[in-house]
Order: sequence, then structure tokens, then C-alpha cells
Amino acid sequence: MSRFPIGHVLGFLFSLLLTFAAAGIALKTSLSFKTIMWIIGGLAVVQAGLQLTMFMHVNEGEDRHSQWINILYGVFLAVIIVAGSIWVMSFGGTHSH
Amino acid sequence: MNILGFWIFLGAEIVLFATLFGVYGVLYERYAGGPTHQDIIMIREVMIQTMLLLTSSFTCGVAIHEMRRGSLKGLLTWLVITLLLGAGFLYMEINEFMHYVHEGATMQTSAFLSSFFVLLGTHGLHVTFGILWAIMVIIQLLQRGLTPVTARKTFIIGLYWHFLDVVWIFIFTFVYLKGMVS
Repeated sequence: MSRFPIGHVLGFLFSLLLTFAAAGIALKTSLSFKTIMWIIGGLAVVQAGLQLTMFMHVNEGEDRHSQWINILYGVFLAVIIVAGSIWVMSFGGTHSH
Repeated sequence: MNILGFWIFLGAEIVLFATLFGVYGVLYERYAGGPTHQDIIMIREVMIQTMLLLTSSFTCGVAIHEMRRGSLKGLLTWLVITLLLGAGFLYMEINEFMHYVHEGATMQTSAFLSSFFVLLGTHGLHVTFGILWAIMVIIQLLQRGLTPVTARKTFIIGLYWHFLDVVWIFIFTFVYLKGMVS
């Protein structure tokens, strides 16, 4: 195994780049709220994937398929819980708060 | 090395944080006449916290790389650096919370702040627990050296630490950056 952890250094540089890109787009541009949220939300998902593959070695081991299925099922539940809660609680109501 | 059980635990953790993000997403504009995001968020301090945690995730990865090279000394060195960065993050977060409370933004002020403190506090507690856990793993490494058992324990605390960084990325994006935009 090589002495220099090149994969980790690349992952770190990418994550710094993604973080500063998200901060720059959110704080320094005058795009609409919706556009900004889609872009920085996408950048967060990319960065989570980066951590999973480059730092957490999710692709290693004989259980890697089970590991992926388990994490993707967790993400599936997370999306339903978050999007479902906001949808049910925030939209379509006729009363004012 | 069978660590599937720990991945299942992480799946449960994803769902735990999803419920807290869901609550926050519903309540984030319920200010109840209290302070709003722009009134309280200290974005410079939050950027420093983000850098500390991102860097600690990297140094933790390097620690595992050193472990796989069979270097106990390298592993311990990078683990300690990771923990120092984590402690720096915690110190800044506690300061941030004390600053908010001092400004009159407490958990009882509004639904926004209740959900804010519960989400951020749960993450902060996880970081605290991670630091204590890693200290215990370091003690075992010092006593027993690198064995298949201690190597697996070290890899698992590493996974946990990276996971906390992933959660923070979403807090940074959907709490702090979103709060500064809206």
C-alpha cells in the first residue's frame, strides 16, 4: 500500500471545493431562493456520496451490496420523512397560521 | 471483516436525523415574534466549524490509511489530530449556543429555535460521544496494539466520524446556508 494517501487528499480537496462552491452560491449570488436551494442541495448530496465512497470505503468488503442497499434504503426513508412532513404540514392548507 | 451491523446502525441514524430535519423543515419559519435566522446566525464562525469538521474527517481517513499500512504510530498520531479538531468544533459550537442564548434566542423562544437547537444539539451530542468513544479505542490500541479486533473497532469509529461529517454537510446546507438565503 502506498505511503501517500492520494485518494483521501483528492477527496478532501473535492469536499473543500464543494463546500466553498455552496457557500459562494448561497451568500454571494442573487439567484432565486428555489434555484439556490436546488444547487446547494445537489452539492450536499454529491459531497455525501464522496464521503461514502472515498472515506468510508462503502465499496469494500464482501458485504458491499448489503451495505449499499442498507444505506440507500435509509436515504429513501429520509427523503420520504423530510419531503412528506414538509408537504403535509406546509402546503395545501386553507387556514392561516 | 464483518461490519454490516454497523452499516445497519448508520441506516437507523440516517432516519433519526431525517425526523429532526423534517421537524426543522416544517417549523423553520415559525419565529413567534422572536429572532429570525439572519438575526442570529454567525456565518463566519459556522464556516470555521465546517472547516474543522471537514478536516477532521480527512485526518480520520488518513488514520485508517496508516492503520492499513500497519503503522500503529501513524494511526495514533492522526487519530489524536482528528480528536483535537473535533474538540475544536465542539468548543466553537458550545460558544455559538451560549451566544444565541445570551442574545435571547433560547430553546423556549419559538418553534424555529426549538427545532434548531434539537437538530444541532443532537449532532453535537453525537460528536461528544464520538470523542469519548475514540478515546476508549485509543486506550485499547495502546494496551493491545493492532490486532484484528482493535483494527475493526478503529475502522468502525472512523465510519461513525465520517458519518457525523456527512450529517454536518446537510446541517450546513439546509440550516445555515438556507437561513442566510431566505
